[in-house]
Amino acid sequence: MTAALSIQNLQKTYEGGFQALKGISFEVQPGDFFALLGPNGAGKSTTIGIICSLVRKSAGSISIFGVDIDSDFPAAKRLLGVVPQEFNFSQFEKVFDIVATQGGFYGMPRKLAEERTEKYLKQLGLWDKRATQARMLSGGMKRRLMIARALIHEPKLLILDEPTAGVDIELRRSMWAFLEQINAQGTTIILTTHYLEEAESLCRNIAIIDKGTIVENTSIKSLLKTLNRETFILDCSEYLEKAPGLSGFECHLLDSHSLEITVEKGQSLTEVFIELKAQGVTVTSMRNRANRLEELFISMLSEEKMEGVDE
Amino acid sequence: MSSRLTWISFSTIFRREVRRFMRIWPQTLVPPVITMSLYFVIFGSLIGSRIGDMGGYPYMEFVVPGLIMMSVITNSYANVVSSFYSAKFQRSIEELLVSPTPNWAVMAGYVLGGVARGLIVGLIVTLVAMFFTSLSVEHVGVTIAIVFLTAVLFSLAGFINAIYANSFDAISIIPTFVLTPLTYLGGVFYSIELLSPFWQGLSKLNPILYMVNSFRYGILGVSDINVAWAFIGVLVFIALLASWGLYLMSHGKRLRH
Repeated sequence: MTAALSIQNLQKTYEGGFQALKGISFEVQPGDFFALLGPNGAGKSTTIGIICSLVRKSAGSISIFGVDIDSDFPAAKRLLGVVPQEFNFSQFEKVFDIVATQGGFYGMPRKLAEERTEKYLKQLGLWDKRATQARMLSGGMKRRLMIARALIHEPKLLILDEPTAGVDIELRRSMWAFLEQINAQGTTIILTTHYLEEAESLCRNIAIIDKGTIVENTSIKSLLKTLNRETFILDCSEYLEKAPGLSGFECHLLDSHSLEITVEKGQSLTEVFIELKAQGVTVTSMRNRANRLEELFISMLSEEKMEGVDE
Repeated sequence: MSSRLTWISFSTIFRREVRRFMRIWPQTLVPPVITMSLYFVIFGSLIGSRIGDMGGYPYMEFVVPGLIMMSVITNSYANVVSSFYSAKFQRSIEELLVSPTPNWAVMAGYVLGGVARGLIVGLIVTLVAMFFTSLSVEHVGVTIAIVFLTAVLFSLAGFINAIYANSFDAISIIPTFVLTPLTYLGGVFYSIELLSPFWQGLSKLNPILYMVNSFRYGILGVSDINVAWAFIGVLVFIALLASWGLYLMSHGKRLRH
């Protein structure tokens, strides 16, 4: 099957010598919901910039659904929609005009562009704001405007560079639902995000990029299986003066009603509950201290740093 | 991209450009008309009546073609340089750069937007001028052709200025320090026959002199220069600037990293 996106040995060295990408390679399959993660400055936005032609690559190749960007970039662009990290529309144009005009740039007749604009503005909850100048929109609305604009030509591959940055949780969840819906309809989605909960909830496969190299490229499920330990917060109904002793588990008292317990791979949480019950402690609720992917992400990048120190 | 799709892209850019300058008409259409009206009143009616004839015509009739051309030049240039640089500044130019629109269609859309503003302002100024003097056109073809080509040339120049510009100051340097002096010294207000041979020779190095005089020839039938050479010169400049603009676009100069 032809990959939705194939990147081979992609390199980018900026003027001044900074090497942002050191020969990365990965593929995204059609229909996938793919996460591209990495710390700030890792090379995510450079990669996206090269895919959509805003950044020139130094070496390597990219093809979108089999269309090589070097041999037929216009055809590749027709298959691609991009939602950038920064707002990049005219602040003085009206919402409707921004989206419909983008359709024109893709060669869509005005009538079709207007129909699609109405469709996506309604789906993204912006129809009431269609006659408003873009500068008057809230941050969340501006992000949704950029999603509507990226979808106007109904691309097969949609790349979103931190689409929910600065968006409140309610709106973020409605955007997740929308993205899941268009993914279910067949659009391949690549997402970069700093909210690892977002990547874990939405994405099936992942690539982690750090200092211009891919440090992990696998399915989220496989990645989570490599998690050796998880830390949980347990809320208890009794007043606790000190952490109860739990054989084989790390247990710390967070406050008079909360415990932090670390569970190694292979250990059972049931044992924790049995021992706590035996000591007269009732657990009323439980949650992960951090998102599981976040724990992995931090540990992976910490390992990288340590390796760097060793060298 | 097929020619039909490219045509839609191009016409979308052109329509957006027209919509932009029409939306902000108090900034784009009114000021040049007020400025030119003041020129007509002061240089044409008040001072002009004391100057007498120029090039065989009353001063008011002589100065009108130059002032129309001046408004076309400055507005064509200003429209493209401010619109394209604003798009760069707000990064909305990325909407076009990520689309399959070919570079030449992007440039042509912006340039024709500038031409449209230049010609609309020129037309309004012409209508205002008719309150001060009677206007007849001696050579319709020459008049239309030279005003259109001049608008194209200065729109292209504005486009290139906008590509190089990295601040709002950079888009006002050329109009202030190059365009305005060349326009004022380009035979708008006087015939170069009044100048000494040295200054006449120097004036003939000014490309705006040829455009202003060709336009004056179209309207009044008199010119200080050879109109045929003026057309050739304008066409050569257009070809050079268009090639330069396309080169910058294809290399992503100050547009892509």
